[in-house]
Amino acid sequence: MNSTVASSVAAQAPGDAQTPEHVDLRREFNEVGIGEVLDQLDRELIGLRPVKTRIREIASLLLIERIRKRMGLTAEVPTLHMSFTGNPGTGKTTVALRIASILHRLGFVRRGQVVSVTRDELVGQYIGHTAPKTKEILKKAMGGVLFIDEAYYLHRPDNERDYGQEAIEILLQVMESQREDLVVILAGYGDRMDKFFGSNPGFRSRIAHHIDFPDYDDHELMAIAELMLGDMNYKFSPDARAAFVRYITLRKTQPLFSNARSIRNALDRIRLRQANRLVADLDRVLSAEDIMSLEAADVLASRVFSKGSRSAERD
Amino acid sequence: MRITQGCFSYLPDLTDEQISRQVQYCLGQGWAVNIEFTDDPHPRNTFWEMWGLPMFDLRDAAGVMMELNECRKVYGDRYIRMSAFDSSHGWESIRLSFIVNRPADEPGFRLERHEAEGRNIRYTTKSYSVDRPEGVRYGGK
Repeated sequence: MNSTVASSVAAQAPGDAQTPEHVDLRREFNEVGIGEVLDQLDRELIGLRPVKTRIREIASLLLIERIRKRMGLTAEVPTLHMSFTGNPGTGKTTVALRIASILHRLGFVRRGQVVSVTRDELVGQYIGHTAPKTKEILKKAMGGVLFIDEAYYLHRPDNERDYGQEAIEILLQVMESQREDLVVILAGYGDRMDKFFGSNPGFRSRIAHHIDFPDYDDHELMAIAELMLGDMNYKFSPDARAAFVRYITLRKTQPLFSNARSIRNALDRIRLRQANRLVADLDRVLSAEDIMSLEAADVLASRVFSKGSRSAERD
Repeated sequence: MRITQGCFSYLPDLTDEQISRQVQYCLGQGWAVNIEFTDDPHPRNTFWEMWGLPMFDLRDAAGVMMELNECRKVYGDRYIRMSAFDSSHGWESIRLSFIVNRPADEPGFRLERHEAEGRNIRYTTKSYSVDRPEGVRYGGK
């Protein structure tokens, strides 16, 4: 059956530009330029192996889907809604921005903007306030990606008159009926998202891709720190680097550790101490090297090293 | 009588796809799109009622089309128009407006002649539809 169809198509193929018979995959791939976005993803995001693999899979699927559409083999718009689960600071928002760019290049969203919201922006304060608010956000996100951070706050199981339910219903309706206009990404911490999906089965079934973001290990955190410093034109002296490796191991055991975000905060405070150290000695003539490098003393002054029971976030 | 006004008044009614393309143009220019409706289409009646708020900060026409379809569900038997507001300094005004929905049956206007002093005549146009109370003018019950 298939061979007869193929031969009949081949017979009339030369004049028929509508349904191409052969596709040069490499050319397609280069044309949409997702290779570039994926490489950038690999370069700029440390670790996150499973996430990257998953995104490559999705990108490949969409590329094939795009070709199938051109060949007239598919009519359905693929469901692209996603959920990102993982601990704080594991890069969920960053990846959401990249996903939007991939979807835009492949033509699955028309504009490629990301509208990032939390419960506050969707749910109103009094009766009749929620629907217009939610719709306003949805309208702004049309043609792009709606990123709902900490989505589980939409559902408050302890209060059955909570307006969050209204926002959920509108979201579900639009997610279903306007799949070609809008991609929704829900993000949040793993266990609470599971509970959220458990009490809102409608969401689970409408989301095609569940992606779990793993925690970073020590090496990856160090690499992230150096990448961040590189972007800001700072660097660790060898001693400071060794001290920061110790800092990471210690910091991980303390409460409120939030992966890359904690690293960024730590670096901000280290820069603060470095500036303070430099300003303390006003008579000194500084070289660019002095201003760029962070010393071990800047790192070691952190309260993480003094083993008190003080609040870890203020170290 | 088919009422025409605004931009594209010389064209047949726009299809939804054409409306969407025009809205996308407006959004591309950075204008805020409004949806307005009325059942008194007198040319001097410039203040139509608004459906919701002006839609600022939209990127894609799909959002406007969603609201238009909502509006049609409720006021499908009235005139609906889109207008695009340019908030940039020096304009601060409507840049474009066009009708996107009209009642199935439009009775049109009559010309009233008022004989004034001497042999002067003053003319008034009156819409037949406004003889009926608001809300029941175009087949509404």
